[in-house]
This record gives sequence, C-alpha cells and structure tokens, in this order.
Amino acid sequence: MLAFLVARLLHAVAVIFGVSVAVFFLIRVGGDPSALFLPPEASLEEIARFRHAMGFDQPLAVQFLQFLGRAVQGDFGQSMRYEQPAMRLVLERFPATLELGAAALGLSLLVAVPLGILAATQRGRAADRAGLLVSLLGQSFPTFWLAIMLILLFSETWGILPPSGRDGWRNLVLPAIALAAYSTAIITRLLRSSMIEVLQSDYIRTARSKGLAPMPIILGHALRNAAIPTVTVIGLQVGALLGGAVITEEIFAWPGIGRLAIQSISNRDFTVIQAFVLFMAVLIVGINLLVDIGYALLDPRIGRR
Amino acid sequence: MAFLRRFLRSRFAGLGLLLVLVAVAAAGLGEAIAPYDPEAQDIMERLLPPLSPGEDGRHWLGTDALGRDLLSRLIVGARVSMLVGVASVIVSALVGVTCGLVAGHEDRVLGRALMALTDIQLAIPFLVLALAVVAVLGPSLWNLIMVLGLANWVQYARVVRAECLVLRNLDFVQAAITCGTPPFGILARHLLPNVMSSVTVISGLLVAKMILFESSLSFLGLGVPAAIPTWGGMIADGRNYVANAWWVAAMPGFALFLTVIGINLVGDRLRDLLDPRLAQVEN
Repeated sequence: MLAFLVARLLHAVAVIFGVSVAVFFLIRVGGDPSALFLPPEASLEEIARFRHAMGFDQPLAVQFLQFLGRAVQGDFGQSMRYEQPAMRLVLERFPATLELGAAALGLSLLVAVPLGILAATQRGRAADRAGLLVSLLGQSFPTFWLAIMLILLFSETWGILPPSGRDGWRNLVLPAIALAAYSTAIITRLLRSSMIEVLQSDYIRTARSKGLAPMPIILGHALRNAAIPTVTVIGLQVGALLGGAVITEEIFAWPGIGRLAIQSISNRDFTVIQAFVLFMAVLIVGINLLVDIGYALLDPRIGRR
Repeated sequence: MAFLRRFLRSRFAGLGLLLVLVAVAAAGLGEAIAPYDPEAQDIMERLLPPLSPGEDGRHWLGTDALGRDLLSRLIVGARVSMLVGVASVIVSALVGVTCGLVAGHEDRVLGRALMALTDIQLAIPFLVLALAVVAVLGPSLWNLIMVLGLANWVQYARVVRAECLVLRNLDFVQAAITCGTPPFGILARHLLPNVMSSVTVISGLLVAKMILFESSLSFLGLGVPAAIPTWGGMIADGRNYVANAWWVAAMPGFALFLTVIGINLVGDRLRDLLDPRLAQVEN
C-alpha cells in the first residue's frame, strides 16, 4: 500500500512538471510575449525595459529554469496587467468557481444517478429511453448557446432569475444548469452501462436467488460496484468539465477563474494564463490522485498491483 | 450496401444520417443554394423576425442586426464547422493512432514516454490552452485545425495501444514476427487493420466534439477570422440582441445542436455495429 502511494505521488509530481514544461513553451511558440502585450506605439527603449523587467531578454532555457526555481518557492510571477502576483489572482477567484462547480456537479448527480439506475434496471422501457435521450441531448447542447437561451427564457422573457453577477443563490441557478448539462449526460450514460454490466454478474444473481428484495440489491450491491468505473471516468473528465466552466462564467459574468482566464487571454497577460493552467493541472491531478487512493482503500486488489 | 441496411435498421440512426447529410450538403453547396447573398447588408431590413417577406422571397429564419439573411448565413456557416470538425479529427487520428501503434508495439521506454505524454495532456485545461495558443498565433482556419487536432489525440493513443497490447500476443502476429516480418510491416499490415473499427468509432463521436469546440472558440472571437460566417460567431453576434430579436442567436444554435445530435446518433450506431465492447467502457 505504501509503495502504491509513493508511486502514485511521484507520478502526479512528474505529470505536473510535464504540464509546466508544456505550458511554458506553448505560450512562447508565437515568440516574445512582450510584442503582444505592449501597445504598437511603444518605443524601443520601453520594449527593452519591459523585456528586461520580465526576463524575456534571457535565453528560453534560462527563463524556464528561473520560472521553475521561483515556482517551487510559490512565486509564479507578476501579472503583466494587474501588477499583482499571478497565483494570488487565481486563488482569489477560485472560491466562486468551486461554488459553481459544486452546484453543477450536485445538480448532475441529482438527475443522473436516479436516471442511470432506472435506465439500467428498466432496460429498453420508457425510463431507459428517457435516460438515453437525456444523455444524447446533454452531450449535443453547445454550452454557450444553452446559457444564452436560459438567459433569454428565465431573465429576459419571464424575469424570474438574474442573468449575471454573483450575489446570492438566485444568481447560481442558471450558470449551474448550463454547466451541469454535459456532465449529467456523461454520468447518466456511464452509470447506465456499468450498472447493466454489474447487474448481469454472478453475485447479483446469487443475491436475487437468496430472495433479497430488488431495492437492497440495486442500491447496496450493484450501485457500489457500478460507481467505480463511473467515478474514474468523471475524474479523468474533470479537465473537460472545468473547461465548460470557462465559457459558462464568461457568459454569466460569474467572477471565477474561468472568466479571469478569458480576460487574461484578451489582455495577453501570459503570467496569469500560466498560473491558471498550472493551478488547474494541480487540481486535476490532485482529484485523480484522491480517486486512485480512494479505490486502493475500498478495493485492496488495486493497491497490491 | 449490407452494412448500410444494417445501419438503417435503427430509426434514430437514419434520422441522424439525414441530419448529417443536410449539414454536409449545406457545407458543400453553400452559396449555390443560399436564397440570399450571405454578406449582403440591408439596414432597412435589420432584425426582421422569421418568415418576414424580403426582396427575393421570404427571410425564412429572419435577418440579423445588419439586415443579412440568417438562413443564407447558416448554410454558408456550415462549411467552417464541417471542415474544422473533419480536418481536426483527421489530424488527431493520424497523431493518436501513430503514437498508439508505437506504444502498443514497443511497451518499453518510448511507449512509456508516450503514455506519460497522454497523462500530461489530460491534466491541461484544453480549452484555455487552445485559446491562448490561438491568441498568440492569430485566428486562422489552419491554426484552429492544428490546435484542435493536436489537443485531442489522447483517446486514440490510449485505445489503440490497449488493443495492440492484446493483439501482439495473438498467434497470427507472433507467427508474422517469427517469419521475420520487420516491425513496420507488423504495425501496418497486422496491427493497423485490426484497430480500424475502434478508430472509426472514436472518430465519429470526436467530430461532434470538435464542432462544439470550434463553435465555442468562434463564439469567443478566437476561432476563425471574424469575416468568415460561422455558427459560433453568429451566436456571439446575436447575443447582444437576445432581448428583442431572439432568433439571431437561437437559429445558428439550433443548426449547431441538430448537426451535433445527428453526428452523435450516427456515431452511437457505428459503435453498436462495429464495437460492442466500447459501448460498455466508453462514455
């Protein structure tokens, strides 16, 4: 178990290191960021001063080592626009994104878990069709369009919910629905197929022939095992799910890290983009690490491999 | 032909195929079937609701804020969506299948390194990085295709590698190795044909995802140059008028939604027919 933990932890650190290499060089594929950041009428001296202040006059390899050295000490550079530490900007905005993400995930589970179970147990009947329809629609909605249509209906036409901002639960409803659509589809679909697989296994047949009632079998025996592949894939999809949050936040003017990222991109504020991507990578890798460790605790076979 | 008949045995798949064919026809024929010039502005006819009469017949879906016919722009806008969707999937498949074959054939240093790359890729919030790269390189069709293509190869690589690891130990591959077939021959003649059905299944569903990505990027103004009509760009234009002219944003969204549903229905059917195992594990 300890060896497993150490191996997973080392792997996580290696992945985050890889992400930092990728981000650092990808942001610089277009050349010197100062050319994009400074106004076109900047004088040569201004450009030189800025390049020196940001360290862009050093060779790329030197810049990268400096970046790594500082990052290890928790210094991810100054925002080129706000003149504040880039990581602080990201951390300040994170609670808003966490709130939105948690609300959306809660909503998804509330719909997807009962629907996925019903669809699997009523295979081929009305509930199953409803489940398949939800997963097809949820996967096909363009998030940004769904968001605009929600605003059109609930804010512009009926005037019952605010279209933007963040002060109170009423502001949370529409962005949470928009963000939840895709993950609801994915979770319903995955849970349905893994429930169908589990319900065909021998131990379920044994439980049935022992005379156990259907509900304890489904909830106690089947759901627990069907949840494992579902949660794994959700863990792997965290990146895609948070990607949806970027657009949702932008449309509803939700002051989270996704909106910060879009603003930083239009401001060409590369230190903040770098800090954002690294923060997300740590988050994604961390969640997957927790999922892995959780399984090792739940299922001793995984830890021993 | 027999495959098509089996394919069409599902009514939903038939509906999906019809939706896809409509989108492909719009993309291919474009201006030839558009009732109006998609760029022709007429400030007197701005924000007309659907079915309004115009000079050359009705504006079936209304007009936008510059008086341009929405249906004509929708038809022409299909081109970018289909082109980017298909081209970026081809890029992804080329990169991903190559990596998967190599990693499945040589599961030592190179193979492990490639799989480590997939882990790194999965930990990057792709949309934001794509936005940043497009912002640096500048919006162009080519940049968009490359960014989307190079960001979505992971699924191919993982599935192809997993299949190759199994295939490698089967008798016919072992026999070929024993006969002295060079590694490239093993990959191209024995492994590749056997992973093609999975590759087809992944590609079908990935096209839908790519079209959604493209429209998201165009919506944010970071897709293709703004002068080219795209569904995402049209939704962004319509967003400002949503209170008094809902159709400007709603219509391109419907087009996008129906196209993606069509592709997903076709993709699901392909999966059921070609690879019953994937239906259990894939999302």
